[in-house]
Amino acid sequence: MGERELKKGSAELLILSLLEVRPRHGYELSKLVESLSGGVVRFHVASLYTLLYRMEKRGWVQGRWVEKARQRRRRYYRLTAPGRKVLAKQRSSWLAFVAAVKRVTGGQHG
Amino acid sequence: MVDWRAEVRGRLRSARLAPTREADVVEELVQHLEDRHSELVAGGMSVEQADAAVLAELGDSDGLGREIGRLHAAAAGERVIPGSSSGRPLYDLWGDLRYAVRALAKNRAFTVVTLLSLALGIGATTAIFQLLDALSLRALPVEKADQLALVKIRDRNWGSGWFSGWHPHLSNALWEQLRDRQEAFSGVFAWGDNTFNLNPSGESHYVHGLLVSGDFFRVLGVRPAQGRFFTLADDRRGCVNPGAVVSHGFWQRELGGDPAVVGRKLTLDGHTVDIIGVSEAGFFGPEIGRFFDVAVPLCMEATLSERNRLEIRHAWWLSVIGRLKPGWTIERASAHVDALSKTMLEATVPPSYPPPNVERYMQYRFAAYPAATGLSELREDYSTPLYFLLGIAAVLLLIACANLANLLLARASVREREIAVRLALGATRGRLLRQLLAESLLFAALGAALGLLLARLLGEFVIAFLSQPGRPARFIDLDPDWRVLAFTIGLAGLTCLLFGLVPALRASNTEVGLVLKATGRGTTERGGGFPLRRLLVVVQVALSFVLLVGALLFSRSLFKLVTVDAGFEQAGVLVVDLDLTALDLPKPRRVAYKEQLLERLRATPGVEHAASATIIPISGNGWNDDVWLDGGAAKPHFNAFFNRVSAGYFATMRTPLLAGRDFQSGDAEGAPNVAIINQTLARKLGAGPNPVGQRFRREADGSGRGEQVFEIIGLVRDTKYREMREEFSPIAFVPSTQDDAPDAFPEYVVRSRLPPADLTGVLKNAVAEASPAIRLDFQSLAEKVRFSLLPERMMALLAAFFGLLAALLASIGLYGVIAYSVARRTQEIGIRMALGADPGQVARMIVAEAGGLLAVGLAIGIVLALAVTRAAAALLYGLKPHDPLTFGLAVGLLGLVALLASVLPARRASRVDPMVALRTE
Repeated sequence: MGERELKKGSAELLILSLLEVRPRHGYELSKLVESLSGGVVRFHVASLYTLLYRMEKRGWVQGRWVEKARQRRRRYYRLTAPGRKVLAKQRSSWLAFVAAVKRVTGGQHG
Repeated sequence: MVDWRAEVRGRLRSARLAPTREADVVEELVQHLEDRHSELVAGGMSVEQADAAVLAELGDSDGLGREIGRLHAAAAGERVIPGSSSGRPLYDLWGDLRYAVRALAKNRAFTVVTLLSLALGIGATTAIFQLLDALSLRALPVEKADQLALVKIRDRNWGSGWFSGWHPHLSNALWEQLRDRQEAFSGVFAWGDNTFNLNPSGESHYVHGLLVSGDFFRVLGVRPAQGRFFTLADDRRGCVNPGAVVSHGFWQRELGGDPAVVGRKLTLDGHTVDIIGVSEAGFFGPEIGRFFDVAVPLCMEATLSERNRLEIRHAWWLSVIGRLKPGWTIERASAHVDALSKTMLEATVPPSYPPPNVERYMQYRFAAYPAATGLSELREDYSTPLYFLLGIAAVLLLIACANLANLLLARASVREREIAVRLALGATRGRLLRQLLAESLLFAALGAALGLLLARLLGEFVIAFLSQPGRPARFIDLDPDWRVLAFTIGLAGLTCLLFGLVPALRASNTEVGLVLKATGRGTTERGGGFPLRRLLVVVQVALSFVLLVGALLFSRSLFKLVTVDAGFEQAGVLVVDLDLTALDLPKPRRVAYKEQLLERLRATPGVEHAASATIIPISGNGWNDDVWLDGGAAKPHFNAFFNRVSAGYFATMRTPLLAGRDFQSGDAEGAPNVAIINQTLARKLGAGPNPVGQRFRREADGSGRGEQVFEIIGLVRDTKYREMREEFSPIAFVPSTQDDAPDAFPEYVVRSRLPPADLTGVLKNAVAEASPAIRLDFQSLAEKVRFSLLPERMMALLAAFFGLLAALLASIGLYGVIAYSVARRTQEIGIRMALGADPGQVARMIVAEAGGLLAVGLAIGIVLALAVTRAAAALLYGLKPHDPLTFGLAVGLLGLVALLASVLPARRASRVDPMVALRTE
């Protein structure tokens, strides 16, 4: 797995995980990623939305304009059924990867 | 503060997103940036600092556009306005066509009706064009056909002697003179036609034969597919087995395409010849509409024919074609042969001619005519009817096109609002025009494809129709050549342009404001091409009236021909052709032998009457000589037809004997010559009401026999002699028992109640008992007559088919207009009914509207038909082209169909519920 793919894969995983709970809009997603990662992971505007549009095109997420009273309308993304499957797969392989890394790195030092 | 919208837009420009998509993305990103900005400011940054920070996060000036653009590149940009240009013409055209397909699929009834009528119009026109093309337009399939010229006697209206074959233009003596004296042609050839019997014995197997001069194939420039052709050396007087050339078709059909065909033997009328070659495929002979199977040199005539026509100067049986020398024109060649006339005629006077005939013979003049498209009896017979049918089919197409235009106009007015909206959204008129034309283009293409298919079916039908049982009309090649294809495509293209353009132009000129402001359905007439549509229907009615009149004229003319009193009863008569050559009977024994055969036929169970006849009526054959009343001062000479028949002929044919007696055994060789004459001959001779007992004279004929005197022993009713169309001619019947030159090919007529198949079986046995070497052939007289009326039958059938089709199309047009009118007047009808009009009144109002259109159309149609049908006069029998009954019938028929077409919409109108109609506002 190359660095670029790793990053791309993990970014998708992050977004999908966040959408698992409930539909969110783009700004909310970027804030959550930043805050939950303690500022370690940050998305550029261009990459965040490109990522969202790509996942939308693949049918993993679905964007929808939602209007609430006295608020401007926002585009909310929700996880689709295929997206849910992708999330499960990515999550398990990610966890396996992390566990492996942990074993390798732990083994070296321990 | 930064204008985020402008920033984002600028960066997205390179992505070339569809406008709606771009708007979405911009809105979403701007929100994000603004949120971020407010957050930074809330966190303590100055506005300027926040601006800079957010701009930095947004990234370089087009990374965003590139990323998103890449994402969208695969998906086709969706257009806001269907019909706005994308700047890619081919892509647009494809889009237009797809849109047209979708639109047409949605209006299935509209599409099916329009396509069918268009396909019928195109199909009918193409089919007739194809036949005409095969008969007339295709030049002879030979080398440089335009150099060929036919030489014959100019404006010949007199002839005496023995005529045989399809084109008895010249005698052999004249042909030899012409061949030796002419200087206009680089080569000339002559040919005569014949039928050859291939079977040495038993039931005859006839094939189409040609007797050709040695240069025939060379001058035509035809190539052999196998072996070689004749040369001048093969065609020498006294030739023995000079060989035979068979046609490609014969080779394939009868000889199984045998590659070793050269050298195989054929029996022609009992004489064996070797096959020396096969002509190339596609060469069917010098005549269009006929084909040859076997060709032999002219010199074979001496062997094949009992009365050698090579030596008989009054035997007319040859046609002559020459190839013009370079630099010669038809006119020059014509003048040349004209100048040769006197010398040629002087050298060839038939010795049998009495002085008055010699005088007339010497007045003949020769002329040359273009022969590029070959000779064609068939073309003479069929090209006028076919040109007529082409005209009829073209009118039919016009009616179908009017339907197309009408339906497109109706669609255009239904789509008025859609088009107005599109125009308002910024579609250009040109672009809309293209979209609308794409629909008619689609129609044209589908119509042409379907039309070609229909043309093929129709063509096959006509060919089947023109074929006699067992004698297929193979000459017409129905594989469409480029001419037919070009014709069809041109026709379809023109149709599309002409009849799609007007509705399209009209639609694209929609007054946007007016349409958008108007309510769903106006109560007043508002353009939409409705007056134009009414005009189209009037034109349709008028044109279909003309076609109906034509159909009725031709059908009634055929009916008159079929039912005309021919003076004999054709039903139940079988014609039996025998060939006795294999018996080698000396002439003196032939008369008696034929009588014995006749007795056998008469004795056959199931046979009511039987008789012999040298000329079977309506077979096209004839034999004529000059006759005049005997005695006293010189009586006028005139031409009368002759037939040599046995006793019982009139009983067999059921022709009443009006006075005197039938032939009997006493009327034998040596006894005074007797004759039975028909009413017309009696009148022309001036023999008074009862000619029996008087005598007439016949001119000397070519066999060396002098003038003869005949005693009239009977008078019979007039009968048709050569064809059903003719007026009754003078006919003299002479007895078969006084035949001084009996041939070996007796023909018998047999009347029986047995089914033809059974009858032929028993007759075959009866003849075989006499001698198995006798060859024979059967055909029913009714079939012969039916075949002789083929042009008329074809004309009547096709004209009737096209006429009814035209009426149907016109009524579809009428229905469309009336139904549309009812639909747009629903509200008005609702108001009328709310105010007390009863359903009957409403229905009458609608039918009256249809009636008005019908009346105007009929009035124009009658004027048109009066003008046009005059041209058809020559094709009609027993009818004037302005036959009032026919016109009346056509009015009635079209009126009825049109009425039916308006009844449906009228019923719908009468059922309009006022409340529903008024609520649609």
